[in-house]
Amino acid sequence: MSGFARGGFSLWLGATLAAALLMIAALSFVWTPYPPAAIDIPHKLAQPSLAHWFGTDSLGRDVASQLIAGARVSILVGVVAVGIGLVFGVALGLVAAFRKGVVEDSIMKACDFVFAFPALLSAIMLTSTFGPGVVNAIVAIGAANVPIIAKLTRATANSVLAREYALAARAAGRGPLAIAADHVLPNILPALIVQATIQFAIAILAEAALSYLGLGAQPPQPSWGRMLSDAQNVLYNAPRLAIYPGAAIALSVLGLNLLGDGLRDALDPRLRARS
Amino acid sequence: MALYLLQRLAVFVATLVIASAIVFAVMEILPGDAAETLLGPTATPEAVAALGHKLGLDLPLYVRYGRWIAGLARGDFGVSYAYGSPIAPLIGASLAISLPLAAMAMALSAAMALAAGVYAAGRRGRAGDAVVIGLTQVGLAVPNFWLAILMVIVFAVWLRLVPAGGFPGWADPARAFGALILPAVALGVVQAAILTRVTRSALIEALDEDYMRTARAKGVSRRAALWRHALPNALAPVLTIMGLQFANLIAGAIVVENVFVLPGLGRLMLQSISNRDTLVVEDCVMLIAILVIGLNFVVDVACAAIDPRLRSRSA
Amino acid sequence: MTLLEVTDLSVDLPLPRGAVRVVDGATFRLDAGESLGVVGESGSGKTMTALALMGLAPEGARIGGSIRFEGRELVSSSEEAMRALRGDRMAMIFQEPMTALNPLHRVGVQVAEPLVLHRGLSRSAAFGEAVRLLERVRLADPERAAHAYPFALSGGERQRAMIAMAIGCGPRLVIADEPTTALDVTVQARILALIDGLRVETGMAVILVSHDLAVVAGNCDRVLVLYGGLVMESGPVEVVLRAPKNPYTRALLEARPEPGAPRGARLKTIPGAPPRHRDVGAGCPFAARCELTVDVCRTARPPSVAFGAGHVSRCWRAAEVGEAP
Repeated sequence: MSGFARGGFSLWLGATLAAALLMIAALSFVWTPYPPAAIDIPHKLAQPSLAHWFGTDSLGRDVASQLIAGARVSILVGVVAVGIGLVFGVALGLVAAFRKGVVEDSIMKACDFVFAFPALLSAIMLTSTFGPGVVNAIVAIGAANVPIIAKLTRATANSVLAREYALAARAAGRGPLAIAADHVLPNILPALIVQATIQFAIAILAEAALSYLGLGAQPPQPSWGRMLSDAQNVLYNAPRLAIYPGAAIALSVLGLNLLGDGLRDALDPRLRARS
Repeated sequence: MALYLLQRLAVFVATLVIASAIVFAVMEILPGDAAETLLGPTATPEAVAALGHKLGLDLPLYVRYGRWIAGLARGDFGVSYAYGSPIAPLIGASLAISLPLAAMAMALSAAMALAAGVYAAGRRGRAGDAVVIGLTQVGLAVPNFWLAILMVIVFAVWLRLVPAGGFPGWADPARAFGALILPAVALGVVQAAILTRVTRSALIEALDEDYMRTARAKGVSRRAALWRHALPNALAPVLTIMGLQFANLIAGAIVVENVFVLPGLGRLMLQSISNRDTLVVEDCVMLIAILVIGLNFVVDVACAAIDPRLRSRSA
Repeated sequence: MTLLEVTDLSVDLPLPRGAVRVVDGATFRLDAGESLGVVGESGSGKTMTALALMGLAPEGARIGGSIRFEGRELVSSSEEAMRALRGDRMAMIFQEPMTALNPLHRVGVQVAEPLVLHRGLSRSAAFGEAVRLLERVRLADPERAAHAYPFALSGGERQRAMIAMAIGCGPRLVIADEPTTALDVTVQARILALIDGLRVETGMAVILVSHDLAVVAGNCDRVLVLYGGLVMESGPVEVVLRAPKNPYTRALLEARPEPGAPRGARLKTIPGAPPRHRDVGAGCPFAARCELTVDVCRTARPPSVAFGAGHVSRCWRAAEVGEAP
């Protein structure tokens, strides 16, 4: 009883926070209080006021505008990295489930292996060879998503393929692609949506960490991670500057995680036992 | 068990070989000529060729890979392009910070997760459980480097209890240890959130098993049944996740070291990236891969030590 | 000598839509060394009755009535007092020996656990005793079995180990909950014979919970027939099976395959399905499926009607129930 109520609350709060994130990012394309990268040295480190809701940073840039525009990178990285994970992960997972044998074994071994290289580590490797930038961050984070989605797809696909209706479809001579489209994909969709939501949250965290280290979004592209690293330089003068972007990251991630949990409960009660 | 160990060891070595090949490929084959990168676009082709020869870049790939691996095995990590000094001592000094930091964070998160997980599982569905779950949600959402910065604000900027960062060196163990506490907490709390959830759900699963009822039918108390019968059964999944999370912990350590200006592996790598000192980065990445793969090997063995079914399955 | 006296036992389980009574007014007694069969379909309340006797009903369950064991009242006993009894004076054998044994502990250690708890034996002394217990339940190689993990034993061997674990402290009452359901047919009879042999040997009483009338008929002195949480009929096995005074028992007997029946003869089935507990209402739980149902069956709980020799039937029309076929 309380579990259901909590699931409903998660879904509601998570959806609200995630929607707010999307709307803020969309808003940034048409309007921000100031141009986010506009430097205004005379008004640097201004306290929050009606003119500058969250004050200004060490270069006099409007913090509110940067926060609004910073949502863009987070969403861009999240969407593309999760997209990479879904496209390659679902494909690999389906191949593994349909082909079995050596193919399945080697794909799963490779997936285990990729776990040893978390997004941040791959990003550091890529950056040190190709130079820093959002693209490397996306590739690294996306690559880290692939094995997670692949494993989930394979496990769910295997259990679907073992059921009578899938066996019947095989017996009726339906090809693997048709079976995947008719039977497997609709069945794994709820689990994929849940996992994608959670990977989205993880991607936002990873992007923030990379940008904080200077390996992700480059100036003048506003990003929450970079704002934190800028804020650290003036920590003694204006600690508040380190609060806002971190809170923005935490709320976005919290929202997506809650949305994922809530969706899990709403879409498929059987999934609740996992995680 | 001996057969099982041999099997795992073979997998461990094979994984290391593949990992080294990937690292080598990404770091040395893809980027083109390291000498050209080092000298910049204004260098003459002759200078590039000379430096390339000096660095051994004109040798065939398999020779370079063989030399690199043989060097690693001997503890010879090569010479830093940027500093012109051997890399092994550089890495050694940074490991002296990063390894204790990782170990402290790991121990902290394990202790927190065990306590919170046992507490929540014992109160499944009640208020205490909901509070723990809520806290883990927060823990999962807070970036560890932001938590680190927040702690610097509280303890260094406001309370002025500790310096904002830096490392005094191990000559003074107490102060060195003290300098690692805040970073370890920042790293450990986030890990603890993940591990708490795993511990809780693994324990809940174990508590529902028939053997728990058997234990109670023998006269074992609820508490003793939880510790003696349920917890060992929950331990294997928790250990496995801990092993998998170790890579993330190291990655997190790289970022958190940066917040506290600790001269660990993370700082070394970031500096080397800006110095275009590829070999140092390559060695560090490989070292991390060895640590991660090695720890997962240990976890595999530990799980088999706990669960007799794992030992017999592979034999 | 009366070992166990259960009076008006009820078990209410808390469910999201309100409490559900899964055992209702169970009354029976058991003498030392006696064997009692408890028969019923799944959901009849037989396992819950057994768990209530052990004080192991699920958390939040409300137990009403009285359970007197060796003169002590158990319903109001503290968890501490119950713990001292469990595994010592009363023990339980579960249905599925694979899952009922802890996969991570050696069989010998698990058999030894009650001895450590209740007899204060050291771990090594208890382990040695466990080997002797495994020998008593006639495991072929007790030393090897004691050192083995559950997954390495066969189903029959595991159930023997469970029995060894139950009899370790010399309990006066052993409750066996479907002890042979999960086993091969060939093993079932031997396990039942083992339990009965131990009963005769040690003078312990046995409650054998089963869905199978044949199992109870062959192994018990008296029988309790449960349906929808209600004890429909109780009495000496041969009387109840020969001359049931309850339509449900009669229907159960008629649903059994007859050894001498002509080939191809259809088995009789009981129409309908067992009630879900909240459907029962105030009437007889069997009313919806019974051939003798009259209006009163649907509105009021059937009374207990005694037929002598401890034979009792709960039925409004008990006197009209005919002889067994």
